[in-house]
Amino acid sequence: MLDSLTILGGRSRTGEPEPVGRLDLRVGEVLAVVGPTGSGKTTLVNDLELFADGTTSTGRKVLVDGVPPPSRMRDEPSASPIALITQHTSFLSDLPVGEFLLTHARIRRSPTAAGRVVEETLAFANELTGEPIDARSRMTDLSGGQARALLIADATVVCDTPVVLLDEVENAGIDRARALALLRRHRKAFVFVTHDPHVALLADARLVMKGGAMTALLRADEADRRLAAVAGRMDFALARVREAIRAGERLAGSELEAFA
Amino acid sequence: MRLAVVAGPATTGKTAVLRQVVRRLLARGVAPAFLKIDVQYADEDEALAAEFGIPTRKVYSGELCPDHCSVMVLGDAVRWAAGAGAEVLLVETAGLCLRCSPYVDGALGIVVLEATSGMNLPRKVGPMLSLADVAVVTKIDRVSQAEREVFRARIEDAAPSVLVREVNALHGIGIDPLLGTLLGGPQLVLGEDLEPRGLRLRGAPPVGTCTICVGKRDVGWRSHFGVVRPLESATFYRGE
Repeated sequence: MLDSLTILGGRSRTGEPEPVGRLDLRVGEVLAVVGPTGSGKTTLVNDLELFADGTTSTGRKVLVDGVPPPSRMRDEPSASPIALITQHTSFLSDLPVGEFLLTHARIRRSPTAAGRVVEETLAFANELTGEPIDARSRMTDLSGGQARALLIADATVVCDTPVVLLDEVENAGIDRARALALLRRHRKAFVFVTHDPHVALLADARLVMKGGAMTALLRADEADRRLAAVAGRMDFALARVREAIRAGERLAGSELEAFA
Repeated sequence: MRLAVVAGPATTGKTAVLRQVVRRLLARGVAPAFLKIDVQYADEDEALAAEFGIPTRKVYSGELCPDHCSVMVLGDAVRWAAGAGAEVLLVETAGLCLRCSPYVDGALGIVVLEATSGMNLPRKVGPMLSLADVAVVTKIDRVSQAEREVFRARIEDAAPSVLVREVNALHGIGIDPLLGTLLGGPQLVLGEDLEPRGLRLRGAPPVGTCTICVGKRDVGWRSHFGVVRPLESATFYRGE
């Protein structure tokens, strides 16, 4: 079982060594990756997912428990200890949801457990999305929110890996406070690539990206924790207004008074 | 001299994969040559020659199926590549109906499929997949990880003995293990005239012996001889 992931720094886009030369992530920790668009966040995700061995464009190396991972982890996706939830909000796979999940559960878990795993996955996904997913729907017919919910449920329940990597979770049409709470029930290392202040402040550390390089690692301090609490309350209040607007309700005008 | 025959549906990224392979072969000091077999248009040979300065050629199959064309010209191509000092010949062929396999014994057979294809593709392409040594899956960045894993499972269900390699050919991710497979593969046996000895097609192509093959254009099986098939029954032989 994996206990830690290490990233050894490579080069920035202009060829200079990365300021953060080594990053260790332990199971149970939450890391937020922040930085403007084009700063190299997705490339970092790719390096992690593919267990970069110095041959990718960044020259980074990824170690598992302090050593280069066995080639099986790299060559066989279903043996990877990282479940990656990418920015995709639609599927290209033209299978019914049930058959897709059954195939995935068969290779990730076991043929005998597959049926039960599929039920759990659908139940988890349906806690995240307001529009329940039917196992008979085609993957390509799912809405953006349903697709994201299914991807998160698949990564958490079917893959059940020690590391979960979420790229841009806040873009999803899902309840992300609930997603975070549900995810934290599982003992895993989480990496969130995020523009969202609440998600970033909830992490144990923030990795700052710029010009293709890891430029700083900021451990969460007292100020972050204080802000996280306020940001959470703001998020919650805003989410209620959002839901009321989506439901077609009239508003009182005082819903965000506490922050005015 | 080593030979790799690369097949796969159009626009799956065969050339993008080969560009990465060529770059890495040159970095290791191995001299490659490239042959493209296509129906009526191809410029990959010019692009690779301009980018890497390696010997390249193309053949237009025209009226002939490109995979049949490859069977016809492969011996000549090996002689040309060997004469040009190449140690590895990379042949890219544009299959048409995807029912045959252009691979030959004694050479590496690579099929290039894209992760964005339908989940039933591995069941549809038949011997082009099942007779390959390696299935390279491209465009992995375009789908979720879950879809990649399920697509891989569908390939392994359809062709259990084929080695699956996922790559992002644009960024060169996942290409290195392919090189190991290529350079660890068999060597061709060449005669003194540089003609390869004993090259044989790995699988029999689908039956295509009918009067349509020789240009008769009347519609309906009654108009044709050879191997024919009506709507309601399997193929049978009609005529002398």
